[in-house]
Amino acid sequence: MTATRSTGTRSTVPRLAAPRFPTPRFSQSVWLVAQREMSMKLRSKAFLISTGILMLAVLASVVIGGLVGGMSSAPKVSVVEGSSVATTVQAMEGLDVRVAPSTDAAEALVRDGTVDAAVLGADAGAGASGASPFTVVALDSAPSAVVQALSVAPTVQLLEPSDQNPLIVYFVALAFGLVFFMSAITFGTTIAQSVVEEKQTRVVEILLSTISARALLAGKVLGNSLLAFGQIAAIAILAGTGLLVSGQTALLGSLGPSIIWFVVFFVFGFVLLASLFAATAALVSRQEDIGSVTSPVMMLVMIPYFLVIFFNDNALVLGIMSYVPFSAPVGMPMRLFLGTAEWWEPLISLVVLVVMTAGVIVLGSRIYANSLLRTGARVKLSDALRG
Amino acid sequence: MLEVANVSRSFGGRRALDDVSFTVGDGRMTGFVGGNGAGKTTTMRIILGVLSSDAGSVSLDGRTLTPADRALFGYMPEERGLYPKMKVAEQIVYLGRLHGMSRAAATTNTERLLDSLELGERAGDTVESLSLGNQQRAQIAAALVHEPEVLVLDEPFSGLDPIAVETVQGVLAESAARGVPVLFSSHQLDIVERICDDLVVIAGGSVRASGSKEELQSRHGGSRYEIELSVDAGWLRDVDGVTVIDFDGGYALFEVQGAAEAGIATNDADATSAGAATNDAAADGAAQRVLAEALQRGSVRRFAPEHLSLTQIFKEVIR
Repeated sequence: MTATRSTGTRSTVPRLAAPRFPTPRFSQSVWLVAQREMSMKLRSKAFLISTGILMLAVLASVVIGGLVGGMSSAPKVSVVEGSSVATTVQAMEGLDVRVAPSTDAAEALVRDGTVDAAVLGADAGAGASGASPFTVVALDSAPSAVVQALSVAPTVQLLEPSDQNPLIVYFVALAFGLVFFMSAITFGTTIAQSVVEEKQTRVVEILLSTISARALLAGKVLGNSLLAFGQIAAIAILAGTGLLVSGQTALLGSLGPSIIWFVVFFVFGFVLLASLFAATAALVSRQEDIGSVTSPVMMLVMIPYFLVIFFNDNALVLGIMSYVPFSAPVGMPMRLFLGTAEWWEPLISLVVLVVMTAGVIVLGSRIYANSLLRTGARVKLSDALRG
Repeated sequence: MLEVANVSRSFGGRRALDDVSFTVGDGRMTGFVGGNGAGKTTTMRIILGVLSSDAGSVSLDGRTLTPADRALFGYMPEERGLYPKMKVAEQIVYLGRLHGMSRAAATTNTERLLDSLELGERAGDTVESLSLGNQQRAQIAAALVHEPEVLVLDEPFSGLDPIAVETVQGVLAESAARGVPVLFSSHQLDIVERICDDLVVIAGGSVRASGSKEELQSRHGGSRYEIELSVDAGWLRDVDGVTVIDFDGGYALFEVQGAAEAGIATNDADATSAGAATNDAAADGAAQRVLAEALQRGSVRRFAPEHLSLTQIFKEVIR
């Protein structure tokens, strides 16, 4: 053999027998991927800023809720000094009465906005039975608070009294809806982007030659879920502390269990959505296509948000929402807050959610594993499922 | 030894690989050459288990590969890929740890590799801020960080300047010297020729030739010799079993026929068996006779088998 340039020694070198590094276990791989996801996210300024804004919004709504609760200040009215009306009105509760020397002066107080209305005696001749003995003079619209105070109200008997102020109910609904919506969108799109980034930059081929697609998916979902849970826990603590500090302990008492249930439901609901985001994003290979491919999942996130805002006083809609897995994280805590759910209802709803989540994880990881290496055109869902 | 045995793979009716078999010996730098779409990348993906094969097997030292074995491979895919926003060193450490290394071991190896790839200063920069050539080096570091037992590199030299090619070549040779089988593909046949020990030529999804570089060279051009003399080489034309192809004063390029073709009887008892070995030996014998005679006529400046370039072999093999 004419071995002109071969070093000739290489073939005789013995190969090293045992692997130098132990093959990592599944859990180790998952944790490494999760750590990377978290550290990359925590390094993003956009994420830190949006988290700050979300925190501020929650704090603001707690504070505003407190202000609204304590803002039942009495409407101001003026009366004419010495009139019989003045004595009657001054004896009433819930009105802040200013005494004016004359009718004109009382009206002037209305015009300059010092009072909401002037209460004068009824015109002579209007003394028919049942007619009000008062004339209310206001600026440009009927002062309902004043009218209400002066009216004789029939006795009202509520069969199912709600112990919650409707405005507070609205804020709570908004808070649950918004927090779930924001977290799901923020971390869902993060997962989608991270999946497509790996496909687009082809780093996925190196990753898949090292760890399994399942480990990669699990790591991504775990990492982002942990961040989302952290965010939710921080918000829950912030809301709780806010309620305590602003002296709304009664509200905290009724809201507390709902917040805890919300966190529990969120954990599973988020994993469900995260798997869906990862699986659908794996179908495409370019960041530009994420929007269109994940839009069905986006809908699943948005619908509960709008429903809870518009129908937070509709028992039927809330009842359905509290059992549908995608809206249960918002619907069930809301019903618990309103006191319309039995103690066992959240447990059943939770079981439904967990079963659904498990099913989606199985399907999702299949779609994910089958689509990862198919770059280029969008992978058909049926192809991804078939493998 | 990495062995690919009878691997076939089709994509929707199109046969991309057809009964592909070859081996990559321990410590051998094995060049994997073939035209575009010949099946190199598909083969490499199958070796790495990133793609499944329809038939055939891939084994290492006689054992069929498991995913755990594949974690010991170093792989550089055709489509380069690293996280663009991660720092170079951080990223390579991460990949090392995915292979089961401790953080400390991964960090040590990363530093050493980046230094030997002359990328040490850029360790703290994000991948997207690197030039393409430097990204390529980072990619090589990513394939080597876990001290792989087998290296499979798809086009490791594309896009590198000649100095970088040498740097990378040095790093790969280091791995080969540790006894690691190295399989690399390239379109730059001159580089392959310079650095490979063995060659696998693939075309149309099937292996057309494989073996050591010298073997291939002698198989495909072994009967041609070049000689350079201090005197006129015209006498060569009269030597039995020798055909002069090119001639210019003291220089001659000639072809020697094997025994079967030229009917030259040799005294060598070992070369009496029929077949190629006889031919080779006979041709070698004829060449030696030429050399002996040349030495009698004057001084010989150069005498060597004609150097057949890989490009020539490649063209001939895939034809």
